[in-house]
Parts: sequence; C-alpha cells; structure tokens
Amino acid sequence: MLTTVRKNTMLADGIYRLILSAPQVAADAEPGQFVHVQTAPQMSRDPFLRRPLSIHECSPQEGTIALLYEVVGRGTHLLSHLQPGDEVDLLGPLGRGFTLVPGRRPVLVGGGMGLAPLLFLARRLREAGQRPAVLVGFRRGRDVVASEDFAALGCQVEIATEDGSVGFRGVVTTLLEKHLSSEDAVYACGPRPMLSALKDACQQAGAPLQVSLEERMGCGIGACLGCACPTPNGYVRVCTEGPVFWAEEVDLHG
Amino acid sequence: MADLTTVLGPLKLPNPVLVASGTFGYGEEYGTYIDLNQLGGLVVKGTTLHPRGGNRPPRIVETPAGLLNSVGLQNPGVDAVIREELPKLTGLKCPVIVNIAGSTVGEYAEVAARLNGQPSVAALEINISCPNVEEGGLAFGTDPVMVRDVVQAVREATTLPLICKLSPNVGDIVQIAEAAVEGGAQILSLINTVLGMSIDVQARRPVLANTFGGLSGPAIRPIALRMVWEVYAALRVPIIGMGGITSGQDALEFILAGAGAIAVGSANFVDPRISVRIIRELEAYIESQGLDGLSSLVGAAHP
Repeated sequence: MLTTVRKNTMLADGIYRLILSAPQVAADAEPGQFVHVQTAPQMSRDPFLRRPLSIHECSPQEGTIALLYEVVGRGTHLLSHLQPGDEVDLLGPLGRGFTLVPGRRPVLVGGGMGLAPLLFLARRLREAGQRPAVLVGFRRGRDVVASEDFAALGCQVEIATEDGSVGFRGVVTTLLEKHLSSEDAVYACGPRPMLSALKDACQQAGAPLQVSLEERMGCGIGACLGCACPTPNGYVRVCTEGPVFWAEEVDLHG
Repeated sequence: MADLTTVLGPLKLPNPVLVASGTFGYGEEYGTYIDLNQLGGLVVKGTTLHPRGGNRPPRIVETPAGLLNSVGLQNPGVDAVIREELPKLTGLKCPVIVNIAGSTVGEYAEVAARLNGQPSVAALEINISCPNVEEGGLAFGTDPVMVRDVVQAVREATTLPLICKLSPNVGDIVQIAEAAVEGGAQILSLINTVLGMSIDVQARRPVLANTFGGLSGPAIRPIALRMVWEVYAALRVPIIGMGGITSGQDALEFILAGAGAIAVGSANFVDPRISVRIIRELEAYIESQGLDGLSSLVGAAHP
C-alpha cells in the first residue's frame, strides 16, 4: 500500500527516524511486527527487493508509524533522501510480534538498531500498566538514539556504550546480568551473539525471553523460504513464524 | 474483452501468465493479496520424493537488479504435498502445475507416479536445473543424455502433460532442449536461475552459506530472452518464458521471442500483486493494438 512521508529526521550520524502516514498499518500493528518497504523509486526496480523494518512507534490516533533505520546500503541510502509528502510503498504489518507477559517486570534489551521495535513495545507495556526497564547498548556514545523517548514513556533507561563515552562502559548483556531476576520477563532485539548470550543468562535466571530476529528476506510473506532460522525441528521462516520467537524455540548459534 | 486463452501443446491456460515454481509457495501466502483464480497457472514449489530441510542460512542475498538464492529445494516431500497442500488447491480455476525434482532418475519417476491421477494437478514441470542441491539437479540439466533419460523416465510414469524446465548454465541450450523434447517433454520452461555468488568483504567469506546460489530477477532477463529466442528458432516447441519479468512489456518481449506463455518469478517477492497487474497490462496491449489475442504475436519478432 502507498503511504506518505510525514517526517524523515536524522537522529545521529547515519541514523534516521521516518514517520509515515499509514492509518491501516497503525490500526493493525502489534509491537514486534515489521513492514516491508520498497526503497526503489517507482518503476526503477532498483534496488530489487524490499527492506524489512520493524515498527518503531505506532499511533493509531494519528494514523502514523515510525521506522528507525541506519544507512548501511543503497536501500537505506534512498530512504534517507525521502522528503515530507513523498510516497512510500510498503506491505504490512507482517509477522508475529511480542507476547506481553503479565505479572513479571518487563526488561527490554536492545543492541544498536535492535532497539527499534522496543519503543512501540514499551508503550504497549505502559498502557497495560507495566513499568519496563530498558537497557540499550551502542558501539559509540554518538550512536545513542531514542533513549529520551523511552524516558518520556516513564521507563527506567540504562545505556551501555563500548567506547564508554555514555553510560556504562561495556556491552548491554553485562548490564542485564546485573539486573536480571527470576521475576523478570525479557524482550530483546539485536545482533545474534547478543541474543545468544541473553538466552544463556535468562535460562540461568529462570526468566522467560523473547527475541526479535533479523535475517535477509526475500518476499517477507512466507513464500520464498529465504529467511530460514534453524530450530530443533527444522527451519522456520523469520518473516512468518517470527520475527519474534521465544528463545527456546530457535537455535541462535546457527 | 480481450481473449487471453492460451494453448501450449496439451495444456490449456485461461491466460498466458503463470507464477514460477519456488516463488509462490503453494499459493496460500498470496491469497490475501490476489484472487488466485485470475492466474494463468500456478506452478507450486519443487517437490521431491522425501522431505528436504533445505540449506543453511543465509539463503538469500540481493545483487544488482536481482537476487541470489540457495534455498535448496526445502519441501515436505511428495506424500505430504499430496496429503496437505494439493487438497487446498482443488477448485481453483487456474491449472496447478507441480514442479518435481530428484537425486536419481528413479526418484523423478517415483514422484511423477505418485502425482499421476491427482485430481488437482494439470501438469508436471520437471526441474532438471536446480543449482542448489549437491546431487542431481543441475547435473541432470547439463548433460543431454541425462536430460533425455530423466524426461523419458517421467514420461513413462505419468499421463500428465509434461513440461521440462531448462537450466541456463549450459553451453548449448538448443541441444538440451532437443534432448528434453526427445525424452517426451511437450512444453519447455526457460530459464531457471543462473549460477552465481556474492562475497562479504567484511567477513571475507561468501555471503550464502551454500557459497553459490541461483541468480534471478531483471539481471537475467536478456539471457533468458536470448535462450527463448534460440530454442524457438530451432524447435518451434511450446515455451513458457521466464527470467526477470516485472511488467506486461517484459512479458511481451518473451512472447515475441517465441514464448506461448510466461511465468513471473522473483517479481512476486517485490509485489505480491504483480502477476495480476501483468495480465491487465497484456489485455490493455491487445485492445490498444486491435488484436483478438496474443497467439499471433508468439515468435513474431523472428525474421
């Protein structure tokens, strides 16, 4: 469907927030779901494939969704040039999102751009009367984005940077290990090694963990079998059975 | 209203726009985007005798004007396809074609035999050209003697119309096409994906876990078109043309080169409604040119 650009703002070096007028997506979306975005100018078919981006924020009242992205290749480069009023073709919302776990303290863990789906999740958790702790990790202090948005929702936010210039010096996994208790429910998105370390930590602590996975995608709707993720019972499709899985469902080393 | 009815040897299609095997699953995923009854034909995923888990990820990577894939014929096996997938496709107005693959001649024949008599199957498409499985697949597709033997074995195992899908990864496509026709293929699909690769310069390793993959998308369209042209010129056999088709204009190029029908492949990934749009564009072309149908255009670009 065609959506319209409201705003496309650079938040940090190479990191942008794109706000789209997309009433139907905003009405239907659940935290953790994604949209499949056409980045090629109309008719050009170049780049060929769509780009899967998780829904960063969602306002059914305003009829808008926000996407958070980093410029890493031609597709995201083209996105960064979009102006208010431009049209963007997308499919979605797609995939299976997060399951809200009642009765446990929510701990949201994001690594880099992996924090993208967590803001929408934090809002829904707040609406459900929960008060999430948010732990976000970045490589450098100057990459830090969105932490004030979590704070504005009333979340307790802690930042880890590998260069130590902001917050805790180190990786976000270490931050979690300090916090984690058996009363928590953990929701995470980030690089595979981070998720794998979280899985071990959460297993030890007895805290349920949901992970949102990134994988190269073709169609995004379950037909091409490109975005396969190994499980004990064969492959699942990240776009359809995921992108959010319970940690024990998937093999994060594969 | 333009009449798009298409006859390919023993196979009659409501229109010449099919969806290519491996890009459309069993149709289910696309049912929310289009009315599957509008398609000219639905070619379901490559089916083997035994279930196949498929290749390790990453299985897919975008390349200029296309993508590489190495899914590796992931499928639940012919018995599960008959039991669970085909019943959902009965009652569909468009013909359902099952793409079959194997690692031995005997396996191809056995899959064909089990599909024979299935009420929802209109034809079989023999996949002798999958680049993503270690044994069989591509190897069958590059040797004319083996092509003839595989097609012949399948011919003897089924009464269904037989399509043979050819690999472009060969020296002489006409020689392979001849062998397939000799073996009993009544229709030829061309082309399957072109073998290629991509390297991650940060990791200094191939992007695909399988190293090589099959290239599809607009990048291969000129190769596909040239091969359709060559085979049509030499054999005048019914052809389903495919390779990077994304519009009615692309489809017409293939038809003018000699394809009686065309299949939309990776473009389905980009736009799940594209097949129906191509049908509408072909109808508009026929009307604007004052034609009765497309049959007079098949091969019309040849001198």
